[in-house]
Amino acid sequence: MEYKDYYKIMGVQRDASQDDIKRAYRKLARKYHPDVSKEADAEERFKELGEAYEVLKDPQKRQAYDQLGRDWKHGQQFRPPPDWASGFDFSGGGFTQADASQFSDFFESLFGGFRSDYSTHRGGFRARGEDLHARLRISLEEAYHGTTREVSLNLPADSDHGSRRQQQRTLKVRVPKGIKRGQRIRLAGEGGRGFGAGAPPGDLYLEVDFEPHHLFQCEGQDIFLNVPVAPWEAALGAEISVPTLGGEVDMKVPPGSQSGHKLRLKKRGLPGNLAGDQIVTLRIETPPAVTKAAREAYQHLAEAVPFNPRERLATSK
Amino acid sequence: MKYEQEIRIGILLDDSVELTLKEICHTCHVSADVVLDLVDAGILDPVNSERGEWWFSGHAIERIERALNLQRDLDINLAGVALVLDLLDEIEHLRERVQILEIE
Repeated sequence: MEYKDYYKIMGVQRDASQDDIKRAYRKLARKYHPDVSKEADAEERFKELGEAYEVLKDPQKRQAYDQLGRDWKHGQQFRPPPDWASGFDFSGGGFTQADASQFSDFFESLFGGFRSDYSTHRGGFRARGEDLHARLRISLEEAYHGTTREVSLNLPADSDHGSRRQQQRTLKVRVPKGIKRGQRIRLAGEGGRGFGAGAPPGDLYLEVDFEPHHLFQCEGQDIFLNVPVAPWEAALGAEISVPTLGGEVDMKVPPGSQSGHKLRLKKRGLPGNLAGDQIVTLRIETPPAVTKAAREAYQHLAEAVPFNPRERLATSK
Repeated sequence: MKYEQEIRIGILLDDSVELTLKEICHTCHVSADVVLDLVDAGILDPVNSERGEWWFSGHAIERIERALNLQRDLDINLAGVALVLDLLDEIEHLRERVQILEIE
């Protein structure tokens, strides 16, 4: 297993006071709380932080940890010394708000032997398995059509000896069509195993997130798309076809359209009881004046159509 | 690695799901008192049914979990939690708007 530098994780000096440690914890907890932070590794960081704080906030555990010495580097291969923890009694310190089942092997090897909770199955002890949460990233097309996805989970699994290992489990899960970003699917009984005979398993929650799409953006159930049009299509009106998640559809560009005008394709967004719309923003693109004919055409237009696009700016040219 | 071929069909926790107070307590493993406190703080918005019972939407499950996580991990009271959740919702909405505007 790897050595964990709890001081480094918390960003404090080895001689930091208990107050400094508490302050550092509060600050980092706000920053990396998985319900607040958008950083990709927030959950991992928050777990690590909880573990570091669990040790450093308790003077006894901290003292024991300090005895390992300061020569270890974060991530270095580590084995606890054979005489580890003689003379320490962690049983009174207890495990407080942090979820001890999420702690690393490193923590477990140093402090885990003193736990009085579920890692020892004694006398008819029963506990419901823990609820598990996982993120599921799907494409907008999958959200539109619905899909079946494989989900891999790393589950903490108790061996017979009370030590913990990770066990991987793969599930096939139906994702219903019209699911929105942030919505969750609850799979009853697919969470962590219960502890003890007859204890029910926990539930599994999958939170859906969308992969970035090369064409579409999404807000709620509405889909947004930019569509380029030629100047004459915008001025004269045109029938064009635009892509939607459900395939190509015909759309009328009304005469006199301008860049930035928005057109709504009803019910072409994500499906559902309240189906979303597709909102098309027009972008006028001008053909480059690279040929003689093109230059002349622009010249004719300039002469035939008096037009000052900067009228509102009241500039001289 | 254990591989399970069977396709699992879960419940989509959207606004079409309706849960009673008892059901939501059971699902979130909390007591009714906790749910009542969250309603009082304006974190949950139950709908009154015709029979005078409360109904919660599937969205409330996530709301309860996030509220209790924030309260426990960051040591804030429920008024603070309510504010954080409202602001997070707003940030989420603004992030989506920014994404749309950035491509325009």
